[in-house]
Amino acid sequence: MRDFVMPPAAFDERDMGTPAREGAPVTLTIDGFAVTVPAGTSVMRAAAEAGIQVPKLCATDSVEAFGSCRLCAVEIEGRRGAPASCTTPVAPGMVVHTQTAKLRKLRKGVMELYISDHPLDCLTCAANGDCELQDMAGAVGLRDVRYKAPAEGGLANHFAPREASGAANPQWIPKDESNPYFTYDPAKCIVCSRCVRACEEVQGTFALTIEGRGFDSRVSFGARKDNALASDCVSCGACVQACPTATLQEKSIIELGTPERSVITTCAYCGVGCSFKAEMQGDTLVRMTPWKHGKANRGHSCVKGRFAWGYATHKDRILSPMIRDRIDEPWREVGWEEAISFAANRLRGLQETYGKKSIGVITSSRCTNEEAYLVQKLARAVFGNNNTDTCARVCHSPTGYGLGQTFGTSAGTQDFDSVEHTDVVIVIGANPTDGHPVFASRLKKRLRKGAKLIVIDPRRIDLVKSAHIGAAHHLPLRPGTNVAVVTALAHVIVTEGLMDEAFIRERCDWDEFQVYAEFVSDPRHGPEATELLTGVPAAELRAAARTFATGGNGSIYYGLGVTEHSQGSTTVMAIANLAMLTGNIGRKGVGVNPLRGQNNVQGSCDMGSFPHELPGYRHVKNPEVRDVFRQAWGVEIDPEPGLRIPNMLDAAVEGEFRGLYCQGEDILQSDPDTHHVAAGLGAMDCVIVHDLFLNETANYAHVFLPGSTFLEKDGTFTNAERRINRVRKVMAPRNGYADWEITQMLANAMGGGWSYTHPSQIMDEIAATTPSFSGVDYALLEEKGSVQWPCNEAHPEGTPLMHVDGFVRGKGRFIVTEYVATDERTGPRFPLLLTTGRILSQYNVGAQTRRTANVVWHQEDVLEIHPHDAETRGVKDGDWVRLASRSGETALRAQVTDRVSPGVVYTTFHHPETQANVITTDYSDWATNCPEYKVTAVQVSPSNGPTGWQRDYAEQAAQSRRILAAE
Amino acid sequence: MSPDKMVHMANQIAAFFKTQPGGKAAERVAAHLRDFWEPRMREQLRRHVEQGGRGLDQAVIEAAPLLR
Ligand code: SF4
Ligand code: SF4
Ligand code: SF4
Ligand code: FES
Repeated sequence: MRDFVMPPAAFDERDMGTPAREGAPVTLTIDGFAVTVPAGTSVMRAAAEAGIQVPKLCATDSVEAFGSCRLCAVEIEGRRGAPASCTTPVAPGMVVHTQTAKLRKLRKGVMELYISDHPLDCLTCAANGDCELQDMAGAVGLRDVRYKAPAEGGLANHFAPREASGAANPQWIPKDESNPYFTYDPAKCIVCSRCVRACEEVQGTFALTIEGRGFDSRVSFGARKDNALASDCVSCGACVQACPTATLQEKSIIELGTPERSVITTCAYCGVGCSFKAEMQGDTLVRMTPWKHGKANRGHSCVKGRFAWGYATHKDRILSPMIRDRIDEPWREVGWEEAISFAANRLRGLQETYGKKSIGVITSSRCTNEEAYLVQKLARAVFGNNNTDTCARVCHSPTGYGLGQTFGTSAGTQDFDSVEHTDVVIVIGANPTDGHPVFASRLKKRLRKGAKLIVIDPRRIDLVKSAHIGAAHHLPLRPGTNVAVVTALAHVIVTEGLMDEAFIRERCDWDEFQVYAEFVSDPRHGPEATELLTGVPAAELRAAARTFATGGNGSIYYGLGVTEHSQGSTTVMAIANLAMLTGNIGRKGVGVNPLRGQNNVQGSCDMGSFPHELPGYRHVKNPEVRDVFRQAWGVEIDPEPGLRIPNMLDAAVEGEFRGLYCQGEDILQSDPDTHHVAAGLGAMDCVIVHDLFLNETANYAHVFLPGSTFLEKDGTFTNAERRINRVRKVMAPRNGYADWEITQMLANAMGGGWSYTHPSQIMDEIAATTPSFSGVDYALLEEKGSVQWPCNEAHPEGTPLMHVDGFVRGKGRFIVTEYVATDERTGPRFPLLLTTGRILSQYNVGAQTRRTANVVWHQEDVLEIHPHDAETRGVKDGDWVRLASRSGETALRAQVTDRVSPGVVYTTFHHPETQANVITTDYSDWATNCPEYKVTAVQVSPSNGPTGWQRDYAEQAAQSRRILAAE
Repeated sequence: MSPDKMVHMANQIAAFFKTQPGGKAAERVAAHLRDFWEPRMREQLRRHVEQGGRGLDQAVIEAAPLLR
């Protein structure tokens, strides 16, 4: 694909033809220039390194060369013929010529053949100006095409619907427009197979094949009758990216035309943090393409980041501020000044009447670091309390606690590149192909090269078995027994003597290890003893433990299936123990890697959003830390921890907490026990919702401040590998202000006296106050593209791998992890266990993705139930069922599948109509109050449609969303 | 916070620290509560203990006086 604006010179955007190699240097001569490249590099890439572009069609640097088009032929002294430069590796002393009379003739002939079977409607083609076939016709100097259709008909081409005689052309296949985001037009295909290779090598889905041979060969989505939408295709866009022609083409480009400039930015969906080029026409976004220098994604993307950005201009977006005195009144649109002063007066009034601690904030894991920093600063410096929390409370707070206790820092230990060096991987409580798709593609690539996989999950997730990969072991545990399973793995490793004693002696506290070893060696932790409880066959668990301990570099990736439990923090510690036990910390290919849900979960935690700690994970009780901020902000910091989200809601019900500023979060939909959340919100006197849409929480709000999208502001996101990526403004905020400006207006209306004019100044303040960020500024990010914290004097370019020479806390600490059963138990009334998750095409509560064409893949939440459980209840596939727990009940459709074990049911929570959180309870992680989403005792029974509560709720929501027409 | 919920949460914390080697469960529970519970929540817990501490684990009851 061609580029429009060259980013900084350090980032070479050219297509080098074939992938980079690592190897000993080899020197050769190309067109008289000496070039030195790593052994294994293709002649084509070596030429590109020297600035010489060899014409090519079937090669591109995202996939391995295939050597089918022959356009890249070169002459090599001492070798016969004209070998393809894309498939010929360099050799020392080789002398290559890329332009000779013989080659010119050969290439012209090749192009002539291609063009003879290609429609000549370039001027009206969507790829006009962005087509490699066009470029190559120009590059080889093609001037005319001598092939003509034989006079007696039989056109023998693929592009004309009808032959000269008027008969239908059997070779012609109509355009496939079934995918909402791109089209496949077989008439324009040159069968270079770049798309097929991209789907296999980059994405790992194997949805595309080349069917037939010779002239009959065609690209196909699985079986011939399958269209793109019905196929296995997950709409990642890798094939579209790789296609040199308009055959696979984004619909947005067909509609709007090609872009004229591009800006590098970061996806605002998940914690992988993919880098993208936002391609623009004026201030209209026409396409997002993955940026090949993005270090998290290395040029790959998923359907959300690549295509699902239409919500930014969705008609539901609210663009002017609104207020109302009571939540049963309709909204009144007002100017910014009025809304801000209304909010500020109410909040100050509440503090005067009910005390300083009667109000608080919730920062967002979707907003930038700079915005999260300002929101917690608003609480601490302007409200004068520590009532700040973040939605990370409900996902990864146990990661912070658990890794802090064992390693001394609250973050994953690796970068994503590390997966290329791993030999055995444990994926526990995560479903990367859906939740973290680009990471999953990178993992699958490694698995196809032979790394082994152990999946610990109640459900048979896609990674357990899919095209060309599979798990060596799947441990389908009962929800809620993570600690028992991970401790049993440690039991096997210790009792069978498979631990890495040298590592433990050198890097960990040996005395603590002794105590721990004695603890895990107790037969009650053995897999045979825990089998009954966990449902995991002992032999399989033993085999998995041996594989992990003896298989080479071992890495652990985990998600919310670990944290969202009563023992979430304990499981995180158990995972850390396992990594230390096997010496899998401190180098490439190993480590403990939390997969973060939302784009900036890591960042919002780093920025001091939690009520007990200031930016950089420093407890508010430490006077020297408070002093840093006292000096920076000129106010005393409260030394006592503030309220966490569930505590805020509890206090609200009791009348002690009356006002909330909630940025970019929909706690009514995303937090557990909806009835309790609604009661808490309903009891408050001033709820300020700052968001893109009238979300569910806004039904209880008094002030609505319209937010800006990631396309409309500058800032940074920090992904799951601690990588600080730039978010760049590509268009003006449609609501008038970037979110950091809105927080600043509110702070100033309450006497904050802030005067930031650009987010870079906020980052400077973060760097000045927070040691792990002290080296970070926008100039560095501009130069490097991104950096991983800690970034400071000791690590001026950031830290890809943590704990390399020693743990942050000094010696690694083994912690005893006793299994404690959750109090959420099945019984006669609620005999099944419900666990929850997410799917690829939707994101979290779905506020964004539901407002894009992604709904074609997931129109509603469904309940997965095992055939056995379905049958005993008289439930058939597609039936409406009632799902009830001790908290509440809802109704949704059933999907009968053996992906879940008997006794377990599963659903997602992307749609507000379902309200899966009406079901979840208020049980939570013992250390952090992270809710126990992953285990709820439920009953399932047939039903004939939505529950009364769902209908009432829809009614109430419609009422509270009324907006008065402007006078 | 409803007393039941408070008791449940406090007992969960005790359940963890009681399993840790080296004893001192009450001290550790108190330290955890001081670090993570807002003063009003700690106060509510102390009052509950003063009124007999119904439902609370012994380690929590012993931790309460340390919360002053
Ligand atoms: S969009 Fe992705 S999954 Fe679909 S065919 Fe293309 S490469 Fe394969
Ligand atoms: S669809 Fe595009 S990439 Fe695939 S074979 Fe055809 S021209 Fe090549
Ligand atoms: S949603 Fe995640 S994996 Fe997909 S493009 Fe965005 S950051 Fe990448
Ligand atoms: S580019 Fe080398 S054979 Fe096609």
